[in-house]
Amino acid sequence: MTSLLETPRTQPSARGPRRRLVVIGNGMAGARAVEEILARGGAAQFTITMFGDEPYGNYNRIMLSHVLSGEESDADIFLNSLSWYRDNGITLHAGVRVDRIDRFTKHVFSSDGRVTPYDTLIIATGSRSHMPPMDGLYTPGGQVKQGVFGFRTIDDTRKMVAYAQHEHHRRAVVIGGGLLGLEAAYGLRSHGIDVDVVHSAGHLMSAQMGPDGGAVLRRSVEALGIGVLTGSRTTAVLGSDRATGVSLRDGTVIPCDMVVVAAGIRPNVDLAVLSGLPVERAIVVDDRLRVQDEDDIYAVGECVQHRGEVYGLVAPLWEQAVVLANQVTGTDTSALYLGSRTATKLKVAGVEVASMGLHGPELDTDEHIVFSEPSRGVFKSIVVRDNKMVGATLLGDSRKVAYLTRAYDHGLPLPEERIGLMFDLGTPDGDTGVADLSDDAQVCNCNGVSKKALVNAVQGGCTTVAGAMEATRAGKGCGSCKLLVRQVVEWAADGDVAEDPATAYYVPAIPLDKAELMAEIRKRGLRSVSAVFHALAPGGEDAKSKMGLASLLKMMLADQYIDERDARFINDRVHANIQRDGTFSVVPQMKGGVTSVQQLRRIADVAEKHNVPLIKLTGGQRIDLLGIRKEDLPQVWADLDMPSGYAYGKSFRTVKTCVGKDFCRYGTGDSTKLGIEIESRFQGIEAPAKLKLAVSGCPRNCAESLVKDVGVVAVEGGRWEIYVGGAAGAHIRKGDLLATVDDPEEVKVLTGRFMQYYRARANWLERTYAFVPRVGIEHLRDVIVNDSEGIAAQLDAAMQESVDSYEDPWEERTDPMTPGQFRTSLPLTVLPQVPVR
Amino acid sequence: MSAGTATGGKAHVLGPVEQIPPGEGRAFAVDGGQVAVFRLRDGSLRALPAVCPHKGGPLADGTIDLNVVVCPLHQHAFDLATGCSTTGAGNLRPYEVLLDGQQNLVLQMPV
Repeated sequence: MTSLLETPRTQPSARGPRRRLVVIGNGMAGARAVEEILARGGAAQFTITMFGDEPYGNYNRIMLSHVLSGEESDADIFLNSLSWYRDNGITLHAGVRVDRIDRFTKHVFSSDGRVTPYDTLIIATGSRSHMPPMDGLYTPGGQVKQGVFGFRTIDDTRKMVAYAQHEHHRRAVVIGGGLLGLEAAYGLRSHGIDVDVVHSAGHLMSAQMGPDGGAVLRRSVEALGIGVLTGSRTTAVLGSDRATGVSLRDGTVIPCDMVVVAAGIRPNVDLAVLSGLPVERAIVVDDRLRVQDEDDIYAVGECVQHRGEVYGLVAPLWEQAVVLANQVTGTDTSALYLGSRTATKLKVAGVEVASMGLHGPELDTDEHIVFSEPSRGVFKSIVVRDNKMVGATLLGDSRKVAYLTRAYDHGLPLPEERIGLMFDLGTPDGDTGVADLSDDAQVCNCNGVSKKALVNAVQGGCTTVAGAMEATRAGKGCGSCKLLVRQVVEWAADGDVAEDPATAYYVPAIPLDKAELMAEIRKRGLRSVSAVFHALAPGGEDAKSKMGLASLLKMMLADQYIDERDARFINDRVHANIQRDGTFSVVPQMKGGVTSVQQLRRIADVAEKHNVPLIKLTGGQRIDLLGIRKEDLPQVWADLDMPSGYAYGKSFRTVKTCVGKDFCRYGTGDSTKLGIEIESRFQGIEAPAKLKLAVSGCPRNCAESLVKDVGVVAVEGGRWEIYVGGAAGAHIRKGDLLATVDDPEEVKVLTGRFMQYYRARANWLERTYAFVPRVGIEHLRDVIVNDSEGIAAQLDAAMQESVDSYEDPWEERTDPMTPGQFRTSLPLTVLPQVPVR
Repeated sequence: MSAGTATGGKAHVLGPVEQIPPGEGRAFAVDGGQVAVFRLRDGSLRALPAVCPHKGGPLADGTIDLNVVVCPLHQHAFDLATGCSTTGAGNLRPYEVLLDGQQNLVLQMPV
């Protein structure tokens, strides 16, 4: 669940008397709730008093295992020091336990004899180690026997470290083979202690994974020198005054010097029960985090039961704290907590473990994809239901975790080849383990942004992917790193990334996705970019939205579009591609890469006459004249007298072809002829991103058709295969086979229909290599080949309209569209001098 | 229109405002330097040095709205009124530009 923060709508008079907010519990939930309340202006509304059982500020309980293993010192894990409470005007009673709440007179009674009144109360008492029933756990005096430890608090941890470092203490038994137990075992092992883990269930981490994963984990844990006994219950702790061993249900005795009980946690509900609040497994709260039937008492964290669920992880707690703060401060009283989908990702005993949702298939129709490589400690299991991921377990290899977590949280469409969920197959979904990247690893290779820079941006408060990208410029170059940027940001924010609604917008200035935007444009009859801004953009005109809107309107309206030149990017204003020195490149059309003596001679003459600094063959089989000054463009075009090759726009670029059957001894189809026909038909068609095509005359694929936005391959028998969504630029992707057809005319129809569908549905700047896998090739095949939605005729007609409105933009050379359209903007040459009056 | 009257410095008349289409910019050579003058869609005028401090891109070729110009080379954005980069590039010092009675652009160079 993701909560959107809204700016406070109403603030109670800051000058009025402040209400009294009392928080019972100073753990991660209580402190986080207070932080969220302060972030919503809570300091002006409330005087805040907090009670904490432990005599410290607030610390990160999750990191206790690192303290135990010595990877961090206990000072490192404090979140809020005592001065934080002072600085925020919070009265903290540390080391003071609240014994009772009088919910009628609205007071709390604490162990130091204090009686504290409240207007609003928050209970965040958390949970404690569960001590399962067994003999010999306690001394006759009722104290836990010496050498027996829970693993819950910083004091527990300090005592364990001290005890483990005692020279006579060589062996430990950890009761419980779950997350906490394995962490305890790993931590003790790093102090040189021999450790056995005794687990009552049949396999380790039984709450997070199925038996197969548990078996692989067991191998990894045993490889660390930790003994594992599963299906074994501890029945007694041996020793009279201190622990000397444990005995198991089957009679086995394991001698040891220390016993760590990590057999789960239980919510701390004694206070709530005593005070007459509703408690089942934990304190019962509603969707507002209010204790059932109480107007002024809220509860949050591990002590809470919400819709029957009790959570023991940190992510739900943070989501609860946001809703709670919105409610308590009145910032957003419509905020509701609807439960959490829990995904865990952690390092347990040095092993990467990620777990979310189901551990295995439950219905006959569930798909279960499993990969197991025990010798490397790698295990992956994914459960798919109705083409949505409903569960995953990953052990020993967390590379796909960020992607899978998103797929799980948002119900993303999945790759047809399910194995792509587990391994990087060269698709843009592929990711390296961001956790494993070094700090100085370059994430964005265009703008030179390191992982560290992104992490700093996140820690500096950029909680959205877009925000971090804006702050660092990561992903603002070719865009091929955007997925990695997203993963780094998610990792840095530890999953606490605010979903940026703007990612769904077609252009940043208008809060509508593409379909909604197109519907509004049609409904209102908008025909120009300025009219769209005026009608639909809350903040008015926006430079970064102009180009996308201009392209969209041209696609939708063809010759009905009112073309405002300022909405275009410079390339589209002057029909050439701007270069690093501010000059332009000129690429005349050369259909299918086929040229003639006359064309070559003319190009040579133009290059000579204009002293063209560089003549270069392009990847799309054309000739590029580079270094042309803007003011020279009209003359260059006039001298060339060839149409534009559109080597500058978000548009149909070119069709690369091979020699084809006329000359090639292997050729099976006339690829050059078809390539020329396709280029003649679709020249200059604008699209959300550029379109590069190819036609190959045989499966040897000399025109590289398999890595083009649309690639056609002639196969024996006079048939043609059409591939879509290929790429060999910032990404490598083999195109998906859309159809195999008999007739070149059919190739043109399907190519046009696919491109129109892409134009109508793709996001701005989304290349086909991202669009095709997002939509799915099967869906595309249904719509485009089988016409399952009955829109084929409509798509064909829209494409025909665009084809009919084609004009060679280089004809503007004789009649500039705007004053000074081709006037230099460069300091390199003599500019028009200031007129003298 | 730019508010206030020109004070101090040297005034340069750059010719008719019609040289710049609404929503675009054009470069002018002034005093041996280059100035990009922008004509916003609401009719107001802005002027900045013509060269992007990042990699020397021609700002007059940039895309603008009522607040910023975006350089065509690497999409760094600059506040048209203050010259400050909104994307972490260096900052620019804005010039004052206004219209005289004959609808001519008048650029006020700092002293």
